[in-house]
Amino acid sequence: MATSIGSVPKVFTIPSVRDRYETVLARVGTIRNTYAIAPGIYAVGSPTSTSPVLVSANYKLSFDTLRFHLAGFSAWILVLDTRGINVWCAAGKQTFSTQEIVMSLERYRVEQLVDHQQIIVPQLAAVAVSAHEVKKRSGFTVIFGPVRASALQEFVANGNQADEAMRTVTFSMAERMVLVPVEFYLLSRQLLVILLVGVALSGIGPDAFSAAAMFDRGGIFVIITVAAVFSGALVVPLFLPWLPGRQFWIKGLFPGLLVGLWCLWGCDTVLSDFEKAAMALWSVAISSYLAMNFTGSTPFTSPSGVEYEMKRGLLVQCLCAAGALVLWLLSPFVI
Amino acid sequence: MDTFRYIEGAVTLQLDQEACIGCGSCVVVCPHRILYLEQRKAYITNVDLCMECGACQANCPTEAITVDPGVGCAAYIIAKWVNRLLGREIVKGCC
Repeated sequence: MATSIGSVPKVFTIPSVRDRYETVLARVGTIRNTYAIAPGIYAVGSPTSTSPVLVSANYKLSFDTLRFHLAGFSAWILVLDTRGINVWCAAGKQTFSTQEIVMSLERYRVEQLVDHQQIIVPQLAAVAVSAHEVKKRSGFTVIFGPVRASALQEFVANGNQADEAMRTVTFSMAERMVLVPVEFYLLSRQLLVILLVGVALSGIGPDAFSAAAMFDRGGIFVIITVAAVFSGALVVPLFLPWLPGRQFWIKGLFPGLLVGLWCLWGCDTVLSDFEKAAMALWSVAISSYLAMNFTGSTPFTSPSGVEYEMKRGLLVQCLCAAGALVLWLLSPFVI
Repeated sequence: MDTFRYIEGAVTLQLDQEACIGCGSCVVVCPHRILYLEQRKAYITNVDLCMECGACQANCPTEAITVDPGVGCAAYIIAKWVNRLLGREIVKGCC
């Protein structure tokens, strides 16, 4: 649409088929690192010089979440260059920042676009956006909007007032589940290497190397490893509030132990005692590690806490994995 | 968020009430709602619920509230440890 600062792209508030398809790909992880839009000013609805200015990140998933919650609403959206990273993570990396806002307000001539000097910034960006600094350096007043874009219309209708719920982060079942696919995607390459190495090691025996042993033992190794990965990367996020322990590496022990118990009591016909113990330790190590890795996806783990638990968790995981390796390699020579 | 409790006694959040001017900015930005204002002074309700995001510190005009902020992510911390060993500085983020 034509404005006082030139032509501004107008965006829809309803997702297209392509938007939906790309959202799935971004959630799975394939296009996640390149899913960005051009920074600048966008219009939603029919904004005027008195309409609110909403600030967003240039990760398309963030931008889409915002615009799809603005049906029937008129506003300007100022998209910062956050290198295609979402609001909270970009603030953590100091790209959704005071500096970036001050620069963007100037570069995109927001002062000429609207009559007021207020911008609505997502609350989670407060990690790197100092309202008083923005005011000092640009003259614009930062109003911290709600945590979630879904509450934005209500927030504005209430005269830019947020209730406690709007200001609080949550981590519901749905919010946890949406994070699972990308965990698997990011893991896939390392997992493939581990599986290949594990299968190759499974062939080592008294007669140097046996292809038959490689397939038999290697096959079981693959099944147990995949089960352990599901324990750590799916079961842990799913049952997070109910798994015992505060530390994530401890939470991860339990589903890994279940897989381990299955090895100990369910694999009599195919595994020796050494191998059963090896696979039990292995599944516990994998599940515990992946659970610990999930700390990065939650909105309540503090870096000090994660560092604290990693010093303990990594030690246990390494000991379990080393024990598993020794037992697995020794087994063919013992029997 | 009451269903989620993380490790106790690990958090670096500190509030200097002498320096606090009672502007309430920290109360607004805290995503875990552990700060409140009473008679123009900020108070911390439950420090163990803090995730050290650093929003309060960034928005305190008098540096009364301090925290060692960062990303609570295992991959990030491993990268940090490796870098300390190798003497490198750049940490590639995970999100």
